[in-house]
Amino acid sequence: MNKKELEKKANEIRQSIVTAVHAAKSGHPGGSLSAADMFTYLYFEEMNIDPKKPDDPDRDRFVLSKGHTAPGLYSTLAARGYFPASDLEKLRHTDFYLQGHPDMKHTPGVDMSSGSLGQGLSAGVGMALAAKIDGKSYRTYVLCGDGEIQEGQIWEAMMFAGAKKLDNLVVIIDNNGLQIDGKVEDVCSPYPIDKKAEAFNFHVININGHDFDEIASAFKEAKETKGMPTAIIMHTIKGKGVSFMEDKVGWHGKAPNDEEYATAMEELKKAGEAI
Amino acid sequence: MSDVKKIATRESYGNALAECGKDFPNLVVLDADLAGATKTGTFQKAFPDRFFDCGIAECNMTGIAAGLAAAGKIPFISSFAMFAAGRNFEQVRNSIGYPKLNVKIGATHAGITVGEDGASHQCLEDIALMRVIPGMTVIVPSDDVEAKAAVRAALEHVGPVYMRFSRAASPVINDNPEYHFELGKGICLKDGKDLAIIATGVEVSHALDAAELLKQDGIEARVINIHTIKPLDEDIIIKAAKETGKLFTVEEHNILGGLGAAVAEVTGEKCPVEVHRFGMRDQFGESGPAGELLAKYKLDGKGIYQQIKEAL
Repeated sequence: MNKKELEKKANEIRQSIVTAVHAAKSGHPGGSLSAADMFTYLYFEEMNIDPKKPDDPDRDRFVLSKGHTAPGLYSTLAARGYFPASDLEKLRHTDFYLQGHPDMKHTPGVDMSSGSLGQGLSAGVGMALAAKIDGKSYRTYVLCGDGEIQEGQIWEAMMFAGAKKLDNLVVIIDNNGLQIDGKVEDVCSPYPIDKKAEAFNFHVININGHDFDEIASAFKEAKETKGMPTAIIMHTIKGKGVSFMEDKVGWHGKAPNDEEYATAMEELKKAGEAI
Repeated sequence: MSDVKKIATRESYGNALAECGKDFPNLVVLDADLAGATKTGTFQKAFPDRFFDCGIAECNMTGIAAGLAAAGKIPFISSFAMFAAGRNFEQVRNSIGYPKLNVKIGATHAGITVGEDGASHQCLEDIALMRVIPGMTVIVPSDDVEAKAAVRAALEHVGPVYMRFSRAASPVINDNPEYHFELGKGICLKDGKDLAIIATGVEVSHALDAAELLKQDGIEARVINIHTIKPLDEDIIIKAAKETGKLFTVEEHNILGGLGAAVAEVTGEKCPVEVHRFGMRDQFGESGPAGELLAKYKLDGKGIYQQIKEAL
């Protein structure tokens, strides 16, 4: 896909995110929207995957360590053809497979169950290690939140990945700057994230997480990096694409009401047409 | 019993892993800086490329195992029970239990027979914590023979398994040609009609000792070895309840949530009889040689005998 096509796809995915969360009457739009461009690039450009073969042992793996942004992942999986987009409207409904947080047992395309912050990166490290043991070339991508990295287990996993030189692992940190209780720097600052990752023996790349050129070149650089894992710190805007959600802590885990939903969709559709 | 061979089940665990390495090419073993104590070092020597030391970071080790299992490996993770089940509870619950991943947890140094290290390291809660996780199998082998058979059975079983091993050497009691390990099947080691002692892990040999002492008083005690706490062999327990009317459970674990609780749950619903639970009575342990601690808390043969006599 070219840049315009990717932007168009990301816009559609943002519409799906807002629609799914609105239909569920709960969920996490803010961090789903901040990572929407990353989700798009991973599933439409970067990863070696086939929606018809979600269990292919040689596929690239993705772990959504910040599992609460499941609407972002589900919307992307649906757009990529893993399941019908119409299913998104039954997100979080009783007797339906799209759980509030990713459930690998019931959702095609989900490589790891997640949701309890801090745990997904370790699982991704395990997948990367399995590839090394088996001499396979698949790569593992893990998306963490900037609030999530306050969990100590993240740094246990970073230490292991660096020490074992897992160059088939890419950790992406969605640095949207907000967590439930406020700004990450006010709650308990994780900064400087890049220097911390460097100290754990990662190759570190800082990018604008809403610029597909920068995303593309970061992944190219990660692939060329040998002997150490890569951390991509993507600077993003929480709630990106919906004006009243942007950089607003209140939209971390709240569904839009009918009126807000209509406004959000109108904005997104307009933005999509302008691409 | 000085002529009886004694081996710690953690030794058996390490030996079994090394023996299974060839038959299970997907077996990988992870430890958290305790390979010498948990005995996974035995596997490390035999299969250095399939052994990973995660350092002192048990939660990460648990998550790595989840990822390895999701990619087709059969990981065994090892640490002391205090950390493998205690510190790790939520990682085991959410990263292994919920996605039903094929991870085996080999927890050593469980119970008060940890001895001198004291209460901080004597995990008395792990059976309780692990058996409430849906789909988790919980095994507590009673001796060397059973521990080795159980490791193999755990590898053959698809799904998460928690195994509880002990630090202290214990008598080999199952070294006979009739012995057969079946996941979820209790073993009646001694028949008796007056009462039944239901024990698990290292307490099984002490239960046999207690039955000998009771015999001298003319009391015929049945002795049942429950090596699999979950899924629990309800039939063997209900049969004992019906035929003897009095059950005595023995474990080196808190009486809350462990074997005694599991037995009381089953009998309470299906065949209400007296169930006396022997173990640690909602308390922490302390430092001391394992044998002395078992005596102090009345969990050796003599102590179990005394507790039963008091209850009768």
